Amino acid sequence: MLAAEHIRENTVRGDVPAAAQAALELLRKEFAGDILAEQANCDFIPTLWFDRAKVKSVLNCLRKNSFAGNRFEMLFDLTAIDERARVHRDGQPLSEFTVMYQLMSFSGNCDFRIKVPLFDADLILPTVSDFWSNANWYEREVWDMFGIRFDGHPNLYRLVLPPTWEGHALRKEHPARATEMEPFSLSDAQTDVEQEALKFKPEEWGMQRKSDESEFMFLNLGPNHPSVHGAFRIAVQLDGEILVDAVPDIGYHHRGAEKMGERQSWHTFIPYTDRIDYLGGVMNNLPYVMAVEKMAGIQVPERVKVIRIMLSEMFRICSHLLFYGTFAQDVGQLSPIFYMFVERERIFNIIESICGARMHPGWFRIGGVAQDLPAGWEKRVRELLDFMPARLDEYDSMVLNNGILKRRTQGIGSYTTEEAFDWGVTGAGLRATGYEWDYRKQRPYSGYENFEFDIPIAENGDCYDRCAVRVEEMRQSLRIIKQCVDNMPSGDYKSSHPLTTPPRKEKSMKDIETLINHFLSVSWGPVIPPTEVSMAVEATKGINGYYLVSDGNTTSYRTRIRTPSFAHLQMIPAISRGFMVSDLIAIIASIDFVMADVDR
Amino acid sequence: MTWEIGSGLSIGAILLVVIVTAAMLIWVERRLLGFWQDRLGPNRVGPFGLLQVVADMIKIFTKEDWIPPFADRFSFVLAPTIIMIVILMSFSVIPFAPGLGVVDSNVGILFVLAMASLGAYSVMLGGLASDNKYALLGSLRAAAQMVSYEVFMGVSLLGVVALAGSFNLREIVIAQEGGWYVIPQFVGFVIFLIAGIAESHRLPFDIPEAEQEICAGYHTEYSGMKFGMFFVGEYLGLVLISSLITVLFFGGWNGPALLPPIVWFSAKAFFFIAFFILLRAAIPRPRYDQLMSYGWLFLLPLSLVNLLVTGAVILMQI
Repeated sequence: MLAAEHIRENTVRGDVPAAAQAALELLRKEFAGDILAEQANCDFIPTLWFDRAKVKSVLNCLRKNSFAGNRFEMLFDLTAIDERARVHRDGQPLSEFTVMYQLMSFSGNCDFRIKVPLFDADLILPTVSDFWSNANWYEREVWDMFGIRFDGHPNLYRLVLPPTWEGHALRKEHPARATEMEPFSLSDAQTDVEQEALKFKPEEWGMQRKSDESEFMFLNLGPNHPSVHGAFRIAVQLDGEILVDAVPDIGYHHRGAEKMGERQSWHTFIPYTDRIDYLGGVMNNLPYVMAVEKMAGIQVPERVKVIRIMLSEMFRICSHLLFYGTFAQDVGQLSPIFYMFVERERIFNIIESICGARMHPGWFRIGGVAQDLPAGWEKRVRELLDFMPARLDEYDSMVLNNGILKRRTQGIGSYTTEEAFDWGVTGAGLRATGYEWDYRKQRPYSGYENFEFDIPIAENGDCYDRCAVRVEEMRQSLRIIKQCVDNMPSGDYKSSHPLTTPPRKEKSMKDIETLINHFLSVSWGPVIPPTEVSMAVEATKGINGYYLVSDGNTTSYRTRIRTPSFAHLQMIPAISRGFMVSDLIAIIASIDFVMADVDR
Repeated sequence: MTWEIGSGLSIGAILLVVIVTAAMLIWVERRLLGFWQDRLGPNRVGPFGLLQVVADMIKIFTKEDWIPPFADRFSFVLAPTIIMIVILMSFSVIPFAPGLGVVDSNVGILFVLAMASLGAYSVMLGGLASDNKYALLGSLRAAAQMVSYEVFMGVSLLGVVALAGSFNLREIVIAQEGGWYVIPQFVGFVIFLIAGIAESHRLPFDIPEAEQEICAGYHTEYSGMKFGMFFVGEYLGLVLISSLITVLFFGGWNGPALLPPIVWFSAKAFFFIAFFILLRAAIPRPRYDQLMSYGWLFLLPLSLVNLLVTGAVILMQI
């Protein structure tokens, strides 16, 4: 079936929302001869191919116009695919590298993809960093990982890997593991080169050494600093204690998770996802396994959905508690973190009794979860529901109602909803600006549509509001968990689909077909049909999305992990200029990021 | 050898007790914080972890005495000694009990204030000599904070001086036999308490060494015994401020005769030490400019009004 027909058929079935449909029709009309192809994917997100000469005007058209009354407010993701080893590319234009733009409409509640084919000999296309502020880092990342240049980009330096790195890590010819490379050695000459590369030159960071009135001080905050929450560095330009500029430097926590995705089987990559947002635990598994299930066409049983939601919400509370405590600590309040760790510990005990591990259980499976809930699980979860609300109220009076804390955080680091869209801010950071949008509510996944809960919002979008929204989210999570306990469906903890991994054992001993299936999917891993899919969830820190490309193999062809923290960190300079060093710490604390989620 | 004021025995005993108390506070503070924060605190070395202090001291004494090559050696070494010396000197005028003390000075309060001003040099020099940007920021903040809060500290005490009619701390204690000055001078007490925390730069006013912002502030580059001196110096300052509050506002050694005076003094001083530790556990840190404007725009006028009202009341009584 032709791609365009496929999409039209979906439109008839109502799978393409009105805004995306309107955008599709406008582009078909305006750029009639320029559409290289319309690609069909199993996630039904309209995907159009354009030549690089046209891409900027196409993106501008999507950005400027309103479609059925809605706009595409955010550049959700910008990444690339090395297509040179891909086999299944039916209906796609010839291409060695593909750059992919994913736009998101919050008002219209839909996505749109634009793809641009490129060839290795001439890897360049125009920048869109003048359209969206957050494109800056995404383009730098693509340059860093694929060697694709963006014409007109203000500072196209490496972002994640060190400036002395050779090669581009996500290209297929780049080795994935150390054993494929020469043994590591560092000669004296190379040491000098590396040392020289580490020298701080303000000009390279886009900062002036002095102004007409004063000479600036440059303060190197991190990568090891008590309140940067991991290995994160900010070069701060100071005039007295006032911040003139603050330039974030990331990459110290980079582990190549996306590259590992191309090496691990679909199944064995699950534990790696746990460690992306290392405070989110199994919630990280969710977008990944849902994406794979979508590609494989697996429908999971109702019980699985509810179990997944229950554990995800427990992890949301854990993560928010840690945020709450460190937020208070970073503005100088020592004690709350210790109280909150007590609660966090109790929740981890419950999680441990269900999953067998605490922070990184890796417990979701393609087509289900690893085991059924243990006997007596309701009792412990109900205990949690009983003691938590009173403790949360106590923390309100201790932290949120504290006058000094209010004076330290209100009116600090605030931004509007429009700025949030421009920088790709999602999650509590977006809701704190007064925009009510939650993935669980607007695009219910895993059965969230069956739950009653509210979306907390705030007004000012400052540090205090970001904290207040998260605190209220914990109460809502408790509500969701309560509904899970009250209405846990009976049934299987795994789907009976042949691609469920590992498959259900009891049937495999009865007939040869299931035994063969079992053997293959345990030894090789499941073979996922060739397609592309994008799947996202409302994670602890914002929208966490996986964009997976399957080439009909036992491993993913391309694993793109779109993390919320990456976008949020990029915004730090814009919201901290003109404040003091102490305010910068409050801003960093209020963003709630972990570096593993930024660097991947 | 006798126990009179200024004898060798009493000087030696006071020096020893004060330093040991300050060192023990390391353990006391950690245990109290642990108690208030739902955790244990150090409880492994010796009974109740009491020997933790000894272990810490051994560690600190045997650490390499390192001076960063880029530091200004002379002031770098001088800075931590200043804080120890000036605070220990301040203890010389504290009246611990009748007949127990180092000097019976007629300008006791002025001496304490003078020593506190000198203490600011320790923090400033330490930060400047380190040639480290975090230390520099710390000492800048310290200079501003300590110099400003000395003003309110001095003014807040004048009410007590006027009531007692003396700068002599011993006479101030004796003058409180009829009633503690905390009642007529409650405003002065509160201002002195706040200024006292600022002077000893402990949380919530630990702005010069705010860990979450500027690492360790002025003592970022210090290690080993020199860090130890800053560390113990902070606790000495805590003991000093608590002793001063006891002497100036809570009747010093005065108390019912069922306990000896020195016990009353120690108990009151310890109460305030524990109060300061509780403050550290409870309150977040204001921003540096907020602390400054709070001082100059609120505390200074308040302390001046307090002084004027006190003066007017005294004049009316005459």
